[in-house]
Amino acid sequence: MDKIREIIKKEWSEVFKNRLVLGSVILMPLVFTIMPLVILRGMQSGADVEMADMASGLPDNFSLMCEGLSSAACGQFFVLLQFLSLFLLMPMMIPVTIASYSIVGEKNTRTLEPVLATPITTLELLLGKALAGVIPALTITWFSYGVFVMGTSMIATDKALVGAILSPIWLIAIFVISALLSVAGVSLSIMISSRVNDPRAAEQLSSLVVIPLLAVFMGQSFGFIQFDLTLVVWAAFGMLLLDVVLMYFAIQLFQRETILTRWK
Amino acid sequence: MTDNMIYTNKLTKCFGDNLAVDRLSLEIPAGEVFGLLGPNGAGKTTTIRMLSALIGPTSGEARVGGYDVTQDGYMVRKSVGILTETPGLYNQLSAERNLSFFAKLYEVADIPAQVEKYLRMLGLWDRRHEEVGTFSKGMRQKLAIARALLHEPKILYLDEPTSGLDPQASRIVREFIAGLRQEGRTIIICTHNLSEADRLCDRVAVFRSKLLALDTPTNLRRQIFGRMVVFHLTEAQPGLAEVVGGVDFVQKAEIVENKLVITLDDPEAQNPTLVKLLVEHGAEIRFVGELRRSLEDVYLHLVNAPMAEEREED
Ligand SMILES: Nc1ncnc2c1ncn2[C@@H]1O[C@H](COP(=O)(O)OP(=O)(O)OP(=O)(O)O)[C@@H](O)[C@H]1O
Ligand SMILES: [Mg+2]
Repeated sequence: MDKIREIIKKEWSEVFKNRLVLGSVILMPLVFTIMPLVILRGMQSGADVEMADMASGLPDNFSLMCEGLSSAACGQFFVLLQFLSLFLLMPMMIPVTIASYSIVGEKNTRTLEPVLATPITTLELLLGKALAGVIPALTITWFSYGVFVMGTSMIATDKALVGAILSPIWLIAIFVISALLSVAGVSLSIMISSRVNDPRAAEQLSSLVVIPLLAVFMGQSFGFIQFDLTLVVWAAFGMLLLDVVLMYFAIQLFQRETILTRWK
Repeated sequence: MTDNMIYTNKLTKCFGDNLAVDRLSLEIPAGEVFGLLGPNGAGKTTTIRMLSALIGPTSGEARVGGYDVTQDGYMVRKSVGILTETPGLYNQLSAERNLSFFAKLYEVADIPAQVEKYLRMLGLWDRRHEEVGTFSKGMRQKLAIARALLHEPKILYLDEPTSGLDPQASRIVREFIAGLRQEGRTIIICTHNLSEADRLCDRVAVFRSKLLALDTPTNLRRQIFGRMVVFHLTEAQPGLAEVVGGVDFVQKAEIVENKLVITLDDPEAQNPTLVKLLVEHGAEIRFVGELRRSLEDVYLHLVNAPMAEEREED
């Protein structure tokens, strides 16, 4: 346990010295939290009629989610929902960035061999590396969500909107799915880092993991997919399964001998 | 086997079809400084990795500090310190932080004390706060040696400890290694620097996938070239070589310029007879000395000989 903590500390003191990493870890949550609040603010001052118009233009099945909301609030809710997708990008992108830089970095400085020569288990090392990415990702995501909820409750005139973004769907997405997404991001980064020697390339390749996520959200905003509780719960289970598969391969690749002889 | 710190039996490692280490059997007692010599690609680093439980042998067995490398990797890694072929340090972290990180992984009890001890010992204390990325090669090598010692291992592997260092830095490192030997640690040194092996090692193994020879540097010289005595003469008459060659204990005698070079087993006992004989035949002896072959000669002889055999087989 001590060793895992030490690895995490070391990762952070190293990886956050990199401006690129630090920048993306700070910028993303900042933008994704402030942007929806600014837009919400703007919509608040707009005429209610406009909002109602917009609500009528929403995908049919979306209005089902607006139960209990005024048509203006429903329009606002629709806009905020688009940002949910961005919120779920964070827990995925942050660990991908950190893990890519940390693993490829160790490959390039050839520090993996002396680390593996210590009495550490490969699982401890893997957990240290993974947690070094997952912990900041989830902390930042959850904190941003907190700020987002607080901001909404201060800005929105229709307080039902706050209830809507605190619905089980949002809570599951933010607290469960995001955790699962960050694990997927880390596992994929490990696999890709074992083959790639440029941290930026590793980061970019690993980022492809967000494509299915984006597809889901595109489908959602065009009305092909409708988020309801059952779907979100199923998505969580699907993610869990994907995580298990990805983790299995990551662990296979993260064996002493494999790292030393096959990682190039 | 019980008294040996390091014991291997037919230790073998294949990478695909490539036989990197072929049935290597070694017994290294506690406190010995053991040299592993061999050309590039001989399998030295691979051997060290197997003996540190970093990679598993394809077949054969190895015990290090009493622990089996395949079954008890954790204990092997705990008892062993290793200077890897490339220093492998975190360039963005300070010297001190590099060491404290590894000290934690090595389960060192008093980390600040150990880190300070070795930083001071290797003359890096004043620069402990500086990022390792700014260090010279020699400083990095010293820091990597410090790292290998943090947990006070009984067994130490040094893979090319002085490669790429200037003569002065090499010397400091060499003297440091000599100091470690005084502390009774068992040390394996891989090196291409043969005079270094000659000076530091109790025994050396010359090896190229297979073990070619194993003995003390002195014995290797003797086994391969015998012992040679050189008589420096005022003038070497051509007949002298035959006269001396006729003596039963002389293995070989030849004249080179004004010197008579004689191969024999026991110069201390046999020289007086030769001196008498030479004087009787009118030779004026100016000086008598022993011709010491360098370990390099021995090495080249061993490493090249089997290559010739292989060629014949083809
Ligand atoms: N990871 C690996 N995959 C495949 N072959 C390898 C691997 N590591 C080493 N080898 C092969 O094993 C043989 C021994 O390599 P090793 O690095 O042990 O040699 P060495 O004696 O340390 O050489 P050097 O003096 O150059 O350091 C070489 O033929 C090398 O190509
Ligand atoms: Mg080597």
